[in-house]
Amino acid sequence: MSKALLKGLALTLKTFFRRPVTVQYPDEKRPVPERFRGRPMLLAREDGTPRCVACGLCEKICPSLCITVSAETGPDGVRALARYSLDLNRCSFCGLCVEACPVEAIAMGSEYELAAFGREPLVCTTERLLAATARNGEERP
Amino acid sequence: MTMDFLTGLIRIILIFSVIMGLVAYMTLMERRFLGFFQLRLGPNRVGPGGLLQPIADGIKLFFKEDMTVSHANRFWFLLAPAIALVSVLACFAVVPASASIVVADMPVAVLYLLAFSSTGTYGILLAGWSSNNKYSLLGGLRAAAQMISYEIPLALSIVGVLIIAGSMSLVEIVKAQEGLWFIVKQPLGFVLFLICISAETNRTPFDLLECENELVAGYQTEYSSMKFGLFYMAEYAHILLASCLVSLFFLGGWNGPLLPAPLWLLIKVFFVFALFIWVRATFPRIRYDQLMSFSWKVLLPLAFLNLMATAVLTVYLA
Repeated sequence: MSKALLKGLALTLKTFFRRPVTVQYPDEKRPVPERFRGRPMLLAREDGTPRCVACGLCEKICPSLCITVSAETGPDGVRALARYSLDLNRCSFCGLCVEACPVEAIAMGSEYELAAFGREPLVCTTERLLAATARNGEERP
Repeated sequence: MTMDFLTGLIRIILIFSVIMGLVAYMTLMERRFLGFFQLRLGPNRVGPGGLLQPIADGIKLFFKEDMTVSHANRFWFLLAPAIALVSVLACFAVVPASASIVVADMPVAVLYLLAFSSTGTYGILLAGWSSNNKYSLLGGLRAAAQMISYEIPLALSIVGVLIIAGSMSLVEIVKAQEGLWFIVKQPLGFVLFLICISAETNRTPFDLLECENELVAGYQTEYSSMKFGLFYMAEYAHILLASCLVSLFFLGGWNGPLLPAPLWLLIKVFFVFALFIWVRATFPRIRYDQLMSFSWKVLLPLAFLNLMATAVLTVYLA
């Protein structure tokens, strides 16, 4: 019996000298997985305008009804995006909008620290969604 | 006369504050060490390396709502934490940090220690009873039963030391260990004492009186704020006392080369306390009937055996 007790003590002593597995969160962060679904972002063309053609498919497929797309007739007479709004208060980060988009204009970003002091800052407009792309620094087709 | 009184008072206040400081930092040490044992870091956010954590804990406890449940027996409910803490702190009066740093070097120090550490049971029992709550009462009853059962082998395991040292004064006992620590002459006594004292201080393999899954928090269920804090301090002061006693009785107390005496005692206390944490991190709580039968059927006969062997050998060699 006492041999088993000593074996247990030896085991815990070994763990005492091993490196803790703790990740000290706000100071250090674990890398985000490649296919992580964080805050959605709008992708831009090379000239900086959004790739979105305002077809409204993302708005249709969104299960939490958080996307609103309004279209206008552009200067060249083609349907163009007027305003894109994505309400993170409702978004469930399912990624269906990304699946639905025919021109790959929207993608899931890697940002996940989305807490805010109100509802208003979480309603993302076109500019904010584009800015998120710039912050993430990555263009995922 | 007044001069004596004043120096005595200053000495008491000094030793008291050192003890309370140690108690505060023992909680931090325990939490961090338990963290390391479990591959965690433990509390490290308050101050450098978490060094201000005990202060934050103290402030937090102080600002918690101080409740007395309406069905409690108010008088005993308030008195119980005080009894628990005072009975432990009173024990430190005879614990020497070196041959000269001691509040009272009594010739009957060991008897005094045993008497006062038993008084602590009253605090716990009264807390459990006066809370008027079945979990508290069960916790208190368990505490009383456990502490009484383990006190007997505890006392018997020290008697071996007393026979060899030929004195009940802690200073004399440590002086008797100048050449050889008593752990060499009393290995069985040392193990028995270690087991009994960790049961006496309600450390984890024997912490049945606050076992979460059966008794909520045992006798302290209804306590909050600083009343709970007093129990907490009493518990850690008791562990500090236990570590001191193990060092004094078996590990040569303040004897050691080069370093000053109190520092040697502190180092030994540190390692004994680390051992207690190590044991806590390793073993699960044992069942209540196992606890009782272990004390009466294993520890008590072994303690008697140890006592008789020591007595016979001492007489034979002398």
